[in-house]
Amino acid sequence: MLWASDPAPRYAGNSSVSSLCHFSLVALMMLCSTAISAELSGDDLRAINRLTFGANDASVDAYLRAGRAGLWAQQMRYVGDEALPPQARDMVRAMTITGTPVRALVGAYEEEAKRLKDLPEGEGRKARHKELNERYKFILEEAQRRRIIRALYSGNQLQEQLTWFWFNHFNVFQGKEKVKLLVADYDESAIRPHVFGRFRDLLLATLMHPAMLVYLDNAQNAVGHINENYARELLELHTLGVDGGYSQQDVQELARILTGVGVNLDSRQIKLPPRLRGYYVAQGLFVFNPQRHDFGEKTFLHHRIQGRGFDEVAEVIDILCSQPATARFISTKLAVYFMGDDPPANVIQRMQNAFLASSGDIGHTLQAMFDSSEFWRDDYLGKKFKDPVQYVFSAVRLAYDGRMITNYKPVQNWLHALGEPLYGHQTPDGYGMRQKDWASAAQMTKRFEVARHISNAGPKLFGPADADENESPQPSTAGDMQPAIAQSRTFMRMQPLLSEQTSQALAQAKDNREWNALFLSTPEFMYR
Amino acid sequence: MAVGPLRLWAVSPAASGTKFVVVLLRGGYDAASVLVPYNSAFYYEARPTIAIPRPGSGGADAALALDSYWGLHPALKDSVYQLYQQRQAFFVPYAGSQDVSRSHFHAQDVVELGQGYGGKLDYGSGFLNRLVEVLGGTSGHGGVSFTDNLPLVFKGGVTVANLALKGNGKNPFNERQTGLLEKMYQGTNLSHDVHEGLETRRQVSDELEREMVDSARGAVNAKGFEQEARRMAHLMRDNPTYSVGFVDVGGWDTHIHQGAAKGALSDRIRSLGEGLAGFAQEMGKSWNETVVVVVSEFGRTFRENGDRGTDHGHGSVIWVLGGGISGGRTGGEQIGVSAATLFQNRDFTVLNEYRSLMGYVFTRLYGLNSSDVGRVFPGAPSGKYSFL
Repeated sequence: MLWASDPAPRYAGNSSVSSLCHFSLVALMMLCSTAISAELSGDDLRAINRLTFGANDASVDAYLRAGRAGLWAQQMRYVGDEALPPQARDMVRAMTITGTPVRALVGAYEEEAKRLKDLPEGEGRKARHKELNERYKFILEEAQRRRIIRALYSGNQLQEQLTWFWFNHFNVFQGKEKVKLLVADYDESAIRPHVFGRFRDLLLATLMHPAMLVYLDNAQNAVGHINENYARELLELHTLGVDGGYSQQDVQELARILTGVGVNLDSRQIKLPPRLRGYYVAQGLFVFNPQRHDFGEKTFLHHRIQGRGFDEVAEVIDILCSQPATARFISTKLAVYFMGDDPPANVIQRMQNAFLASSGDIGHTLQAMFDSSEFWRDDYLGKKFKDPVQYVFSAVRLAYDGRMITNYKPVQNWLHALGEPLYGHQTPDGYGMRQKDWASAAQMTKRFEVARHISNAGPKLFGPADADENESPQPSTAGDMQPAIAQSRTFMRMQPLLSEQTSQALAQAKDNREWNALFLSTPEFMYR
Repeated sequence: MAVGPLRLWAVSPAASGTKFVVVLLRGGYDAASVLVPYNSAFYYEARPTIAIPRPGSGGADAALALDSYWGLHPALKDSVYQLYQQRQAFFVPYAGSQDVSRSHFHAQDVVELGQGYGGKLDYGSGFLNRLVEVLGGTSGHGGVSFTDNLPLVFKGGVTVANLALKGNGKNPFNERQTGLLEKMYQGTNLSHDVHEGLETRRQVSDELEREMVDSARGAVNAKGFEQEARRMAHLMRDNPTYSVGFVDVGGWDTHIHQGAAKGALSDRIRSLGEGLAGFAQEMGKSWNETVVVVVSEFGRTFRENGDRGTDHGHGSVIWVLGGGISGGRTGGEQIGVSAATLFQNRDFTVLNEYRSLMGYVFTRLYGLNSSDVGRVFPGAPSGKYSFL
């Protein structure tokens, strides 16, 4: 083992990082114009860490081929699973949630649940119900696995990061009622296709998805039986932001507008008097039931909204998406995720302008951020503390680069241990995205432990699909599955960026196993 | 405690040695199984299979009489009942949060945020974080959460340590590895967190070794919550900045077959009691300056359900423990337990709102004035208590 006795030579000039970066800014200009060069600067590497769930050899190669601007341009469009390697695509295709429409899945569940209702109340029925819910957990499990496969292996990493970002923005929690049956489809049809598109379409897709309507109780919101929950979060968390200039009156009026916006999970016949039939809207499991709607006139954000059914919703969505407060709120949140905890005001302003000028086009808004020189500056690149999702994905991408894992359970366990399970945030505000939300004493030691598990997990990750993570590694079989991070081209590029003290600590690792765990525990690896 | 309760805090409010700990029972524990209204005929009517037998009626299964009305679950005989007899335990029935959602999810948020009812919840800060903030300037009080992640109750402007103490406690890092990890973080803005986290691991594993040595001499090896609680006590006792603590204990959502004197719920209660008594013991002298409050997000239905369990309810029983409290009693506003006094004809009602009780503790323990208490619990009612 090379590094045990003879650690890879340290980059000679690594104490003068700043001069290195000045150099690389120039180099990068050249890189962008001349497109291809075999050399990558530290900033290039940091840029890769921004555009992806973490640099590995595959993404370094892609960057070298296309250049920074080229890679960005390639990533800025929705390609679904086209960017997945064939083996990964096959795994996704083989899933039940991919082949079966949500209506059929939920319909089958409802059918069975209905039959249970006919049984006498008591223990037997409860046990059967429990068994039924256990059986349908596969929907959630497949959704989680699919999300991880895409995050680890998709060639369009920006798309996958944005999928995580927008899901988190429009968060739903799998543990609430029937959301776990719906969450796979919510991710796939309401969030993912719109991640580069118009914000309005994304917002409307979430508004018309049963997962959101169940999660925030709008399925219960009816005339004379108002439930304000969704109306409030729609303003506070999804569009204007808490200081976005709306009043309690606006919340109440929006709740009235949203009456009748609900779900029809068991696809039952809804009987309507002839005069209301024209107002009825149904799409999959979504339904707008005019019998539950308040047809009175409303005033929302100083606009008079004429009572006329679901068209009122479309109207208020348009109003909300054209508000500067919404543009600002969305721009700030994107900048916090992609740039840093405290993004510069002028970048947010440019993004806000782009949002408003393009009728809320997310791609344009992102482009404004990318076009800002600040985005590539040292004050931001490499300074963003990874949330657990970024941490675990980046570690697995780097450690097990080039070979697709077959068992995703350990990855889920690590996310859980670090406090950020997929689809697992209870409250509608989604997971926090700043360092203060994650960095803590327990989090750091947990990460060091997870780093060690990741380093030793080869036999599990490449083992049978349902095997749980084993705490103790199996040294006899683990040998050939040990990550070889130190030999990766990515690490060669990272090495000059390591601090003196990190390099010294790594040099003291007693074997490859320890070196890997230690490397994934470095302060440098905690940031992107 | 022959001379009666110590009044350390009345003499020197906000003394730096004072400790305050909140234990949150997540899941809504069945208070009527812990504090048993054994003099209520209605209790036995409403719970044909899960009631705790009257004191003196069923040998080891009978409730332990606390006064002429209330009894304690027999699983607490060797733990909290002992504290009660030393006047170090105080029970407040008809207590809890006024939230009526009966949703775990919502009700826990309401309790942890401590902002009252009906309004929009502000997830920016929980009440223990605000408490540390209010105490902060003067006395070096700091918060510590014994949980895997920082809970809502401690979210907010002040940095609070969270230390996970569950599990076997074995330190995964040897001394050399700990040294390497600490070294890499020297001078970074994470160095404090890294040091604190690794230091805790070390302390806990040292303790584990001591426990093993003890057990070799015949002492019983603590498990589960007791083990965790004893470790908590060590850390709080030895670390002056860990003065406001939090831990949560799950497993209380007993919809089916909860049992009575024995059974699933009884096991949970026993384990909780052993943990709290173990905590008291490990605190040593500091126990005299410590107040522990045990709360849950809601109570459970007073009548048992069709599955010999109980469903989500409303009012609960709050426990107050401490070496210097004037315990050995039940307190707060009380009424008789009958069908007529149930809230919505199903649950205990809430006469003693949990924030009023904690606000009282803060006043006595830290000498906070009403405007300070108002910063911790905006708009909270005040209550009349006399256990401190």
